[in-house]
Amino acid sequence: MTHSAVFPSPASATPEGGHLLDVRDLHVEFRTSEGVAKVINGVSYHLDPGETLAVLGESGSGKSVTAQAIMGILDTPPAVIRSGQILYQGRDLLTLSEEQRRQVRGKEIAMIFQDALSALNPTFPVGWQIGETLRQREGMSRGDARRRAIELMDLVKIPAAARRIGDYPHQFSGGMRQRVMIAMSLAMDPKVLIADEPTTALDVTVQAQIMDLLADLRRDLNMAMILITHDLGVVAGVADRIAVMYAGRIIEHADVRSLYKAPAHPYTKGLLESIPRMDVRGQELSTIKGLPPNLMRIPSGCPFHPRCPYVQQVCIDVVPHDLVLGDGRTSACHFAQEVRDDSSTR
Amino acid sequence: MSDFETVAASENQAARRGPSGEPGIPGQVGTPQKPRSLAGDAWRDLRRNPIFWISLTLVVLVAAMAAFPELFASNDPRNCALSRQHAGPSGGAIFGYDFQGCDIYARSVYGARASLLVGLLSALLTGIIAVVVGMLAGYFGRWIDAVLSRVIDIVLGIPLLLAAIVLLKRVSTGGPNTRLAAVIVVLAILGWTTAARVVRSSVITAKEQDYVAAARMLGAGHSRIMWRHILPNSLAPAIVVLTIALGSFIAAEATLSFLGIGLKSPTISWGIDIDAGRVHMRESATPLVVPSAFLALTVLAFIMLGDAIRDAFDPKLR
Amino acid sequence: MFRYILRRLLQMVLAFFGTTLIVYALMFAGQGDPIQALAGERPVTAAQRAYLTEKYHLDATGVGGFFYRYFDYVKNLVQGDLGESLTGRSIGQILQQAWPVTVKLALIALAVAILFGVTAGVIAGIRRASIFDNSTLLLTLLVLGIPTIVLAPLAQYFLGVKLQLFPPTAGSNPTFYALLLPGIVLGSLSLATALRLTRTSVAENLRADYVRTAKSKGLLRRRIISVHVLRNSLIPVITFLGVELGNLMSGAIITEGVFNIPGVGFNLFRAIKTEDGPLVVGIVSVLVVVYLVSNLVVDVLYAVLDPRIRYE
Repeated sequence: MTHSAVFPSPASATPEGGHLLDVRDLHVEFRTSEGVAKVINGVSYHLDPGETLAVLGESGSGKSVTAQAIMGILDTPPAVIRSGQILYQGRDLLTLSEEQRRQVRGKEIAMIFQDALSALNPTFPVGWQIGETLRQREGMSRGDARRRAIELMDLVKIPAAARRIGDYPHQFSGGMRQRVMIAMSLAMDPKVLIADEPTTALDVTVQAQIMDLLADLRRDLNMAMILITHDLGVVAGVADRIAVMYAGRIIEHADVRSLYKAPAHPYTKGLLESIPRMDVRGQELSTIKGLPPNLMRIPSGCPFHPRCPYVQQVCIDVVPHDLVLGDGRTSACHFAQEVRDDSSTR
Repeated sequence: MSDFETVAASENQAARRGPSGEPGIPGQVGTPQKPRSLAGDAWRDLRRNPIFWISLTLVVLVAAMAAFPELFASNDPRNCALSRQHAGPSGGAIFGYDFQGCDIYARSVYGARASLLVGLLSALLTGIIAVVVGMLAGYFGRWIDAVLSRVIDIVLGIPLLLAAIVLLKRVSTGGPNTRLAAVIVVLAILGWTTAARVVRSSVITAKEQDYVAAARMLGAGHSRIMWRHILPNSLAPAIVVLTIALGSFIAAEATLSFLGIGLKSPTISWGIDIDAGRVHMRESATPLVVPSAFLALTVLAFIMLGDAIRDAFDPKLR
Repeated sequence: MFRYILRRLLQMVLAFFGTTLIVYALMFAGQGDPIQALAGERPVTAAQRAYLTEKYHLDATGVGGFFYRYFDYVKNLVQGDLGESLTGRSIGQILQQAWPVTVKLALIALAVAILFGVTAGVIAGIRRASIFDNSTLLLTLLVLGIPTIVLAPLAQYFLGVKLQLFPPTAGSNPTFYALLLPGIVLGSLSLATALRLTRTSVAENLRADYVRTAKSKGLLRRRIISVHVLRNSLIPVITFLGVELGNLMSGAIITEGVFNIPGVGFNLFRAIKTEDGPLVVGIVSVLVVVYLVSNLVVDVLYAVLDPRIRYE
């Protein structure tokens, strides 16, 4: 079988001027008996070789759905991809056949999930599950797959890997289980790793270990990574760029340092202000008032306007475009400049 | 560090308390505008389900037969004459006569009463046992729960038919009413476990609810909390289980009567008639087929009714 | 694993004593004349009376006497001595002849349930809400709602007597063909339950997170279903089928009675009809043991299949 028939070229052969992964104007709906929920409304982001993009947002903002659309593992129905492109090495994944997409999964783009306990099959040993990818996709023998599984478990720093290979998922601690999950995703040396809230289900101390592991692996294996999270604290040390999602849109996009320094969207600003700061005493933590929007009835104009402290009539009437603020920053806010200036004088 | 969900959650509570809270529920795709009640949803589903209407009609029909059999059949089911043995339809006897020369149709109509009586009273008794046991186990927990749960396990481990045979063998004497009572009690003694488990788990859920904690803080005693606050909220799932159980109790009664250890003549029971019809099926099949159809339709009606209601309340798998 | 089996074993022993005590107490305790109770409304000969008095130690009285008799009964039961029926035949021998037939019938019924129930259940689970799914759901509801005392005689009449597709009765030394129709009738209830259980289980597992993981590994859909989903969803089904085998062996009273199959259920059926008390007690005791042991076997099987229980 020619496994890499669709994408024979190595990562460096990305088309000139193009990105490794480029999501363009993606629209996804969920059609249920209750009505149509517009989950993704024109998301665009890109990923270059060797970088880490953090996708930030509340649950329901569409960050996981976008990732599942990239992987091609959305349940259709209820999900329907209305329009858009997902270019990987210049080819639109959405135009490929199901068989071609299957070849991409795991080999080119791999994914790890939030809750490793339910994401791993409870009735097979972990070594078997890691090796399954290699046996099924690479035609490896049982023995070879087993040896490679031990190597992978060593790689993600599971102690006594050779001894634990026959254990079942429930016999591992939460952190170790997530390491198994990571080892499984690395089996075929993917070029892109999507990590969907990889540390949410874990203890705080374990969270840091897993994030460090992911950052190290990304560097050592020269992968690109999309890190999906709702936790601003997780992002800072690991990501190069941040895309903030709200109601199925990217509302702000910037490199990590400038976004932390001066957010240019009221939503991002609100998020940053809700983090307790070490350097300010007696501060009053602010929260964002109101609730996330109902995706069956997204507010007119800017979807954030009912909760926005900067709201004007124009926000209710006109959907804001991405405003380019120089050095690659964008913000989907009519008053992006003002918000950024406010933030930087804070 | 920051956590979006907690920010949203605290906001969320504030909004619920305040008068100007935004409609819509956070983080949930596909939530309708106004939260509807579970019962309202269930009723809307049920109304559109033809199986619900068919089974309900059948149940009402059988209930009417049990209450006023003379409205459905003009002949006396006990007026039998061997001269009419296996005679064809005539007069009110639309299905003809059986081996004993009794009106098959009249006997089947009059058979509804015993069946329904056993079914209803067994289900009622079952319900009482199940609510008491399930409530005590679920509410008090600890060793009471441990003991009662073991008892449930053991009773559940007893094969129903075998145990009913043994139990009913004890009551070999007594009039028709004694037998009726014996069958009811035996079925209830053996059949309460499933319902008790259902009550127990819904009591455990209800116990954790805020309104129970509130009642406790207001100084309500155990019995008041149990019967006034928890019971009404744990009853619905038990009633669904009992509707299905009612169907099985009717089937069980017929089976026991069929074996000759349930109801006995002169009580008219479908099980007795099926047994009698079976023996002479080569001469005439109608005495077998007619009471069989009555029994099967009745049992089916209750089971389908219970099934439809359960599906409506628990749409998880559709 | 070991502790789990030990606990189940203890539970079984407890259930064994519980049920046999109940069986025994109900049959013998507090009767005016226990011998007459055993014999029902039949007259009892002096010879029978003497045998029963000696056999059940009816000369010992009071609560002590009762427990003395009970333990005697249990001792005999464990040793395989079941006594004699009212007609003077050894109950052990009756059962020895009856068991092979009953086991054969139960296996046919189980095969029917697996062949049709599990297969259709898997298909219905995968294609949920399809026409196939909805029609099998309705069909199984019909089967579940029709009591065996209706199904067995009607099948016998229509398929056996009227259409003559099958022999209507089996008689002594039944052939496989003669057992086929009764087996289908007996298995139909298990079939319907197995189908529904399999369907629910497959549908639930198809939505499990590990299926999404398997998909993102780039596995074929065929493999995801046949290896990952089936392995998980068949665990409860196999457990059910194990319990059901015990049920089928102890619950074939109606089917064996109607089709005249000389199995254990048939003997019980006849014992009830002829009011042969000792035979009823003997057979019921053995059936209860069979039922309890099969439950234990199933629990162990469950532990073998599900690693989450194996390493408890």
